[in-house]
Amino acid sequence: MSTDITTDAVAGIEEGARPLPGDERMWTARLRGYLVRALPPGKLLPDRQPSYVSSWVYVFGVITMAALTMIILTGAVLVLKGPSWWHVSSAGLFVNSMHLWSVEVFFFFMVLHLWGKFFMAAWRGNRKLTWITGVVCFLISIGAAFTGYLSQQNFDSQWISTQAKDGLNSTGVGAFFNVLNFGQMLIWHVLLLPVVVVVILALHLLMVRHRGVVRPLPRTKADRGAPQHTRSRQSSPPDATTAAAGGSATGSSDGDR
Amino acid sequence: MSATIGTRSLAEASRQPDNTDWDGPKVPYDLAKEFVIALVAVAVLVVVLAVVFSSPNERPVTIRQWATNTTSTNSKFPGQDFVATALTELDGSSVSAGYGPPYNNNGTGQKLGPVSLQQAVGVHIPVDPANDFVLSPLHLAATSDPALAAALARYESASPAQQQKWTSAYESALATASLGPDGTIKLAPGRYGPVPVMMDRLLRMARTGALDNSLLASQNFYGTDYTKPLLFIADGQFLADKAQAQHLSGDQWGMMNETGNFPGQAWLWLYTMWYQVPPMNSSSNGDVEVWAIMMVLTLFLLFLPFIPGLRSIPRWIPVYRGIWRDHYRALDAEERTAGAPRAPPPS
Repeated sequence: MSTDITTDAVAGIEEGARPLPGDERMWTARLRGYLVRALPPGKLLPDRQPSYVSSWVYVFGVITMAALTMIILTGAVLVLKGPSWWHVSSAGLFVNSMHLWSVEVFFFFMVLHLWGKFFMAAWRGNRKLTWITGVVCFLISIGAAFTGYLSQQNFDSQWISTQAKDGLNSTGVGAFFNVLNFGQMLIWHVLLLPVVVVVILALHLLMVRHRGVVRPLPRTKADRGAPQHTRSRQSSPPDATTAAAGGSATGSSDGDR
Repeated sequence: MSATIGTRSLAEASRQPDNTDWDGPKVPYDLAKEFVIALVAVAVLVVVLAVVFSSPNERPVTIRQWATNTTSTNSKFPGQDFVATALTELDGSSVSAGYGPPYNNNGTGQKLGPVSLQQAVGVHIPVDPANDFVLSPLHLAATSDPALAAALARYESASPAQQQKWTSAYESALATASLGPDGTIKLAPGRYGPVPVMMDRLLRMARTGALDNSLLASQNFYGTDYTKPLLFIADGQFLADKAQAQHLSGDQWGMMNETGNFPGQAWLWLYTMWYQVPPMNSSSNGDVEVWAIMMVLTLFLLFLPFIPGLRSIPRWIPVYRGIWRDHYRALDAEERTAGAPRAPPPS
């Protein structure tokens, strides 16, 4: 029975990926086909992982996401109550404290995640863009946290803004990103930068799901097998999932070695 | 968790190219459960940290505080540093007055080699310290103060050279001045022109908090831009002294610190570090030099997978052997079970 359901589900997905006769040139049908092939449900939310996914390193990314969720939740409460609330209310101070410590946890685990992925050379196998989106996410997060410090409306934000202005002004950026302008910094902090972080994080996650978790580095030449760029085509199994991934098995002449 | 069998053995699957999907053994992995557990754990941790440590909230410095305080290294009497700073705004010798873009054209800004991005972008946030910080607020007060109105008229109708003589004389006398019981500054006799009246009135405005309001209200009713009051305060010594006491100044790795003993933006350690080392720690172009270094390093990090040598570091430093320890053990076990040596690479 369960086999029938699975078979039906796969058939349904394949059906959805294929445009109806006559619709082959429809943008919507082609986009749907591309998305379904790139990220079928089994890849988008898999319940199995390769046996090598067995280390605490794999937990750093999910803890970072959990901390980001806490940042967004506590930040949303601070937004609902307004920027002055936490200065005059003990409940507000508590929420602000949770927001601050969520940020500290977020960066702690994000940096661990970054180091972990570096030492795993996690950009191998057409995963360079996954690495790049991760770094961009890290950089934008620094900006988001920085504008948060500027939006505190206390001595710390006064000092940080008056010091940081010189660096930003020296690059010309300060003319448009005025760290002394509380209103501008607050909007960057509560709207623009969080949206960018979330969007880039979503892209990063979709890439991770699309490519899968990078496989272990070979310990020896024998582990490594033949040079990848000469045997990727031949050695790839006629695997339906790989084929459905829309070109993930397109060779690895990417100089990872 | 029990492993499910893939189409290939562990050893065989491990030898497949990096860009192919894994078709070796797989194990159940509950991503949703993992996220929920992580969220609960982080929530508990954050609540505990918030309860135990709370968060810092040092009250902001106001111009009123600055004008009534003697804690500054530049103040022998309350407000001395404030008056000294206001005088530099008036005569154009303050940091803000000679800053250059984006505030005014009175300075060249920083340069990276022959290039000044600061100059290239130009003035976008106009600030005229003499007018914005001193003369305009005094004009507001002068509507109900004939003596001040006369002093302002005399000052503004004088030649720049005469204005400079008055402010220079006043600046020299201020070092040995004292505060009288009526709140006015007592100076040694000298030719200060209208400057003493102007400075006394400005100090009075600052002490009552009227100058704080005046600098903000100069924008519009709903002001959120603190550029002018912050530039004014930062030109004085009071803010810097307070920051020094809180280990926040530039030579104390200040950008990444937080008031009190709270962790600050520790992730800015590399950026802050460049300000501690020569030549950036003493260069007049230190900011743009640090930014240039950080931009280059950021590009290296961003495009690390493309950079020969750097991308090979993970292979040279075998941290990965620890990360995938279980996998390598399983590989060894599989090979032992098979009773055969590791398969040679296919030709």
